[in-house]
Amino acid sequence: MKRLDRRRWPGDALWTWLCAGCVALSLFMLITLLTLLVARGLGHFWPAPLEALTLHSGEQVIGQPVREAPLPHGAGSERLYFTGNRELNGADWRWVALDDIAAVNEPEDAIRLERSPWGDVTGRLAALEVEGERLTGAPARARLQSLLALPAGQRPRGELVLTTAQGSPLVQPLATITAFQAPNALSTLEKAGVWGQGVWRFLSEGPRAANTGGGVWPAIFGTLLMVIVMSVIVTPFGVLAAIYLNEIAHQNRLTRLVRIGVRNLAGVPSIVYGVFGLGVFVYGIGGSIDTWFFDEALPSPTFGTGGLLWASLTLALLTLPVVIVATEEGLARIPDAQREGALALGATRLEMLTRVVLPMATPAMLTGVILAVARAAGEVAPLMLVGVAKLAPQMPLDGEFPYLHLERKFMHLGYHLFDTAFHGDDVEAAIPLVYATALLLVLIVLVLNLTAIFLRHHLRRQQGGSWSRS
Amino acid sequence: MVAFLNDEPAPVMTFPAGERCLSVRDFSLAYGDKPALKALTLEVPRHRVTAFIGPSGCGKSTLLRSFNRLHDLNESAVHQGRIELEGRDIFARDLNVSELRRRVGMVFQSPNPFPMSIYENVAFGLRLERRLPKRKRDDIIEWALRSAALWDEVKDRLHRSAWQLSGGQQQRLVIARTLAVKPDVLLLDEPASALDPISTLKIEELIRNLKNELTLVLVTHNMQQAARVSDYTAFLQQGELVEYGPTDQVFTNPKRQRTENYITGRVI
Repeated sequence: MKRLDRRRWPGDALWTWLCAGCVALSLFMLITLLTLLVARGLGHFWPAPLEALTLHSGEQVIGQPVREAPLPHGAGSERLYFTGNRELNGADWRWVALDDIAAVNEPEDAIRLERSPWGDVTGRLAALEVEGERLTGAPARARLQSLLALPAGQRPRGELVLTTAQGSPLVQPLATITAFQAPNALSTLEKAGVWGQGVWRFLSEGPRAANTGGGVWPAIFGTLLMVIVMSVIVTPFGVLAAIYLNEIAHQNRLTRLVRIGVRNLAGVPSIVYGVFGLGVFVYGIGGSIDTWFFDEALPSPTFGTGGLLWASLTLALLTLPVVIVATEEGLARIPDAQREGALALGATRLEMLTRVVLPMATPAMLTGVILAVARAAGEVAPLMLVGVAKLAPQMPLDGEFPYLHLERKFMHLGYHLFDTAFHGDDVEAAIPLVYATALLLVLIVLVLNLTAIFLRHHLRRQQGGSWSRS
Repeated sequence: MVAFLNDEPAPVMTFPAGERCLSVRDFSLAYGDKPALKALTLEVPRHRVTAFIGPSGCGKSTLLRSFNRLHDLNESAVHQGRIELEGRDIFARDLNVSELRRRVGMVFQSPNPFPMSIYENVAFGLRLERRLPKRKRDDIIEWALRSAALWDEVKDRLHRSAWQLSGGQQQRLVIARTLAVKPDVLLLDEPASALDPISTLKIEELIRNLKNELTLVLVTHNMQQAARVSDYTAFLQQGELVEYGPTDQVFTNPKRQRTENYITGRVI
């Protein structure tokens, strides 16, 4: 008789631990990614204290600490400060070895100004001279705050006098100042307000300083508009193709071949679609449109160069398989009994499709479209060939007839991220913006996916429960 | 082997022309090269319940689905011969299949209400036809639900999802949905096989009541059910009509050995 306590190796427990371990590892990496993006991206907008340093050499430095790094050969570590005053110091940033610091304090009147041109300034607020008045200290800060709330054109003439770290006065005309902060004088609640403002300005303003400063609004807008135009193109094509493949075509070898082909299209590298879009849409079709309709504008191209339309078309092609596959899976899940039930009541095939099958497949279709949108929102490579711009001078949608300018170049979050990270002059300024933009992209895709899940769930419930799981 | 001992030709059961609803003449059907029905000839009388019985795969469902040409959906199905509805060839070139299916309604083995409200399910066939005034449509829907003995159970929740009903209620809803377009014939493909005994009894009672208004053809595995509700019974085996006659006679005094073996459970 076999022993009842005999065990085979490896046991069930080992497998359980192995599988659970993989899940735990994936979750850990995902959480690390999100934490990093949130901390670096959102932390950037929190006003750091402005420190006034006295070095052993006697030199004075005013700046916001950013990060620390160890010095080579165990010589302690150094700290990076944002000092601004590019025109005086030659750079906005300064590394200070911790051992060199003799004293640190955080004076209340230390402020940081955002101005154009020349980037940011730090210093101590000496006086605000406006409309014949000369204000100092807290009243000056309050007045400056209210003045900056006005549009640039309506501000009274005036000047702000700063004392730089070196002790020399710096006179800044009010008209050149775009924002200011005096973080040392703020309570935590006020800092939170400044943080909220910073986040809002990041979302609502255009980029400055070659994409290493300012906001990303044109990129958000361009991404959304491109994705909408793409959905308008891809949805009817994908849904009709799926209906043909699943409901109308004879299920023979050719249909299966087409289906396999469609599924494989989803795996083609996206840059290949970019090359196709450039060759066929931009040069081929766009070039022809130019010679036929925009003859007078040649040789400068109208449609014969990358633009919103061509980018949308290229991404529509790229995401077509996603929509087809999702819709087809939705159609295949509908029991034949439903189709036969409709036909047996005298419905024609078109009536059967539009009244029974398509409503039941709507959740799947929506899922497909939203997955396509999520994919397109994060795609960069093909866009670089067919119409994305580092800095688009005009929005593709404006008040000028015909309102939607399909031929214009546009900005895109993914490309903006790439450009900020690798093509800026000021790397230190770009880093936090890269994290913030990345976080924004992740959030957009996350929201889109959640919408897909919610819509599917909602529609299923509306139809009275699920006829199949998943 | 017993089946071959008496292999006399199948007794032909005929009805006067005025009582004939469906008539099948030398009708054969094959799926690809697999024959399903072999030169069947039979007549279905008007306003009676006719049951088709036989072992699985004998072709009884195929025959039923031929009456409303639902087998058209199967690309490999090829047929020969003739089926007439009230004297009209249902395979005629100028016949509108949708019209045929409205006159020959069908109820399937497992209930298949659409994912809509109870009201919309019954209104489905009506909406296909023409725009009816709402009051008229409501009347027809109430009539159909009453005819299917479902009205009292659902009258307070007509706009709730049909999928919240029990299996038996769903099947009666499907019957109501079919009755709403006022068909001449109702085909029932094992309508109670997925239901509990109480629901089955309700469906059977419904079938007996409905024959006053239309012709019913019932496919069933359950011989007691065939004996309980049908007026005539046809026994099919391997695509052939073995015996067809009044139900009492088929079950108590079968003419052929194969029928007797089947109904007494000796040979399947």
